[in-house]
Amino acid sequence: MPSLWIKNARVIDPASRRDAKGDLFARDGLIVPSLSRAERKRARVIDARGLVAAPGLVDIHVHFREPGQTHKETIASGSRCAAAGGFTTVVCMPNTTPPADNAGTIQYILDAIRRDSLVKVLPTGCITIGMKGESLAPLGSLKRAGVVAITDDGDCVQSNELMRRAMEYATMFGLPVMDHCQDRSMTDGAVMNEGVMSIRLGLRGWPNAAEDLIVSRNVILSTYTGAHVHMQHISSALSVDILRQAKARGVRVTAEATPHHIALTDSALSTYDTSLKMNPPLRTEEDRRAIIAGLRDGTLDCISTDHAPHTDYEKDKEFDYAPNGILGLETALPVVLGVLVRENRFKLARVVDLMTRRPASILGLEAGTLAEGAAADICLFDPSESWTYETKAGHSKSGNSPWNGKKLQGRVKTTLVDGRVVFPMAAS
Amino acid sequence: MTWTRRHLLTIEELSLSEIEQIHATAAAFKKILQRNVKKVPALRGKTIVNLFLEPSTRTRMAFDMAAKRLSADVIAFDAASSSTQKGETLRDTAQNIEALNADMIVIRHAAAGSPLYLSKILGIPVINAGDGAHEHPTQGLLDTFTMKEHLGSLKGRKVAILGDILFSRVARSNIHALTKMGARVTLVGPSTLVPHGFTDLGAEVSHDLKSALADADVVMLLRIQHERQGHRHFPSLGEYTSTFGLNKTRASWLSPKAIIMHPGPINRGVEIDSELADGPRSVILEQVTNGIAVRMAALYLCAGYQPETVISSTE
Repeated sequence: MPSLWIKNARVIDPASRRDAKGDLFARDGLIVPSLSRAERKRARVIDARGLVAAPGLVDIHVHFREPGQTHKETIASGSRCAAAGGFTTVVCMPNTTPPADNAGTIQYILDAIRRDSLVKVLPTGCITIGMKGESLAPLGSLKRAGVVAITDDGDCVQSNELMRRAMEYATMFGLPVMDHCQDRSMTDGAVMNEGVMSIRLGLRGWPNAAEDLIVSRNVILSTYTGAHVHMQHISSALSVDILRQAKARGVRVTAEATPHHIALTDSALSTYDTSLKMNPPLRTEEDRRAIIAGLRDGTLDCISTDHAPHTDYEKDKEFDYAPNGILGLETALPVVLGVLVRENRFKLARVVDLMTRRPASILGLEAGTLAEGAAADICLFDPSESWTYETKAGHSKSGNSPWNGKKLQGRVKTTLVDGRVVFPMAAS
Repeated sequence: MTWTRRHLLTIEELSLSEIEQIHATAAAFKKILQRNVKKVPALRGKTIVNLFLEPSTRTRMAFDMAAKRLSADVIAFDAASSSTQKGETLRDTAQNIEALNADMIVIRHAAAGSPLYLSKILGIPVINAGDGAHEHPTQGLLDTFTMKEHLGSLKGRKVAILGDILFSRVARSNIHALTKMGARVTLVGPSTLVPHGFTDLGAEVSHDLKSALADADVVMLLRIQHERQGHRHFPSLGEYTSTFGLNKTRASWLSPKAIIMHPGPINRGVEIDSELADGPRSVILEQVTNGIAVRMAALYLCAGYQPETVISSTE
């Protein structure tokens, strides 16, 4: 493999506190401080003038639907979305068919990753068998099979007792517990945020309180057990507040926010567009502002996409009957740049941090940095290029994105994994 | 004033002028319905499909009657025996109906927003006959039409809507129609069924029946759907009736001229005493009769006619 020489980039690597114009070098797939003159002559050179060179982005929340729902997405297609979006490490959720609640299914997923993936895909396992919330999955076997965390994402463990035991048991294996925070008893039939918009549209509402209760529950149980609990896709202002207080007390909790929850609100739902239907739902401007504030002060640790593909024919239904979820990987960076950098004056390095070092550190992943010796996983992007996102031109098997046909600013130009270009993809 | 809409999906999107056009057209059709020959040839040769995916008696019969009075052919789509039971999607069902050369579709569906969804798929007019808890525009139009017959202009009039507001499409359509027409709307009922968020639609929210009825010109009762609400929103029908049921004593709080309305079906002895439902203040059956003229107007205008055409024919 030739060495790599990325020239004239603005290199941003929050992990090594680097944000300066300069060059990046890699040898044998690893970042090195420089190359010898002879190596430079033979190196693959990428002129990155005008581009930012960041660590490959890290997303700890994606759904690649394999096994069992491969009409929506596969590890192959999902990993292509990741590469196109600048992501080099992604963590996939276990709500597949069958659910990833045993070592055999994890092995199947790992085989598919090895065979088909363009980027580094890491599996999670279920907290409970079949994600039914009734009995613990074999967390020890899952850990040995290679999961990086456990979660019943999409469902939320309703029993406080079971969640407590899951936390205690997972901690023995060093497995973080990720939770989709939703008190189901309060969200029966709910399809959108509960509030003035749900009243106007006559749709069943999902109140913030249903999230706030479980976030509180998890804070309490984490305090009690000492377990690391990661709250997925926080959508409610009060949840941000609860987490802020918990962190001030030193509770081992982390949390993520999605691009859609910082970019959109439920006021966009007046057309009953099912590409705006997800769980947790889009909330109000007050919630959106609170999530941005949480990202600003570190209460929320990272951006995750919750990339959740569903085919056109599954989404093309009455709003009540359409499944929850939207695509995220190919639009995350420009959407986040728009909301956080351009609208809310976050430093670019801060946004890179939220999408690289910080998500990696939540799960203890060796990713998200351009420090010497790290894998040469690199995202080169133009922060100002405008382009129109078309799902048809994208890499997902599905097209459920609210940004389809929308103009975005900020574009990934090249993605490298272990020093190899994975995007743009070679014609096959 | 010109009618330009092809679909009737919500009252929220209608202008005051459009509401008035429908009312004026309905008034002309009402005159025609009092003649010996009640039929007009306006929609002769046209086929209207009544796609009712949720049970309905009054609305379905009124649409059926309205279409026949306009000389249209009517096809009833029976959800129970149709391919929706075999998993056909709404899109496919509707496209098949269009492929059968239907000229207009009237849809009743449990899912809010489905008429809007259909209107984006189909090239033929879509009339909303009730979508989930969202809207029931022809009901709102016939209710306000009936109120106008009794009260004249609704500007400054006070209408109390009593009962299950949260799950009611009738309430939402009436709120939109009434506020556009300048009436004041007070929503009354248990706090679990009348959440404060409705003030955002321009209505007042009250949980005090006496003060809400005191200066009302109209009290509109809504059916209590206990089977839908389970036992979470209020403890029992008995407690509802004892707190919010309209009985003779409570009706005496109303001004003598106030009228009592109900979109049906009524639960006698629950939200309203039989005596009041059948009493002189009740206009419940007038609502049903007006439902035909209003739906004729909706079909007629969405088929491309102008209000003047029928109004001049009756002058």
